[in-house]
Amino acid sequence: MVHFTSEEKSIVSALWGKVNVEEMGGETLGRLLVVYPWTQRFFDSFGNLSSPSAIMGNPKVKAHGKKVLTSFGEAIKNLDNLKGTFAKLSELHCDKLHVDPENFRLLGNVLVIVLATHFGKEFTPDVQSAWQKLVSGVAIALAHKYH
Amino acid sequence: MSLTKSERAVIMSIWDKMSTQADAIGTETLERLFSSYLQTKTYFPHFDLHPGSPQLREHGSKVVAALGDAVKNINNVEVALTRLSELHAYILRVDPVNFKLLSHCLLVTLAAHFPADFTAEVHAAWDKFMSLVSSILTEKYR
Repeated sequence: MVHFTSEEKSIVSALWGKVNVEEMGGETLGRLLVVYPWTQRFFDSFGNLSSPSAIMGNPKVKAHGKKVLTSFGEAIKNLDNLKGTFAKLSELHCDKLHVDPENFRLLGNVLVIVLATHFGKEFTPDVQSAWQKLVSGVAIALAHKYH
Repeated sequence: MSLTKSERAVIMSIWDKMSTQADAIGTETLERLFSSYLQTKTYFPHFDLHPGSPQLREHGSKVVAALGDAVKNINNVEVALTRLSELHAYILRVDPVNFKLLSHCLLVTLAAHFPADFTAEVHAAWDKFMSLVSSILTEKYR
């Protein structure tokens, strides 16, 4: 299980306070679909995913991205109980959606990169380190029901 | 895996921007690597890894220079990286998983330094390029 120091918790919450969930959620999911095109297989019903600009501008991608990033917000409120927080979503992703857990790691890293583009110098190595712990913890929690 | 013409153009245009801050980018990439992935320090017991250390700066500079060689020879990256491929295979024996970690930290550094330029398309091209470089550096492992 991932353990956060109180400093890491403050780092994560402080940055989260400045995150535009709608904008950055859409961007994160969009980039996942652009950079790792095989992930598009889970989104057949989303319409036009034929080019990077189509993907980044696709309203369904933006809406779903917002949903996904909103759940990260829940994680941040419950850093000491990620497994509990994501229990239902884990069942959904594993039993119903059949998403390979590797994709949770890919999405987490894309989120880190999106944060870097938005926060620049403020996204220092220490800040990145705390967020890598978070995305790793979320990925592990989401994969939990596979075992 | 091979790079398309437009991917090569994208990679080279970002390199042109990067090269003016090559040392800073190399150093920051390594700082991020050692900060987020503590286990990577195992390959550098002989280094002072504190931020600001001259060894870190020197090594970061070396890493980015090698990437520069790869970019300048983008039509034949294997040849450009032959010596480094042998070094990593026979002498350094860095576990292949670490190339993904270093690549990720480089992309984070580029994203932080060039936010307007680091679009989804550029992100994809550089991710692919780093993946190509990593596979070349590990291709002689066995």
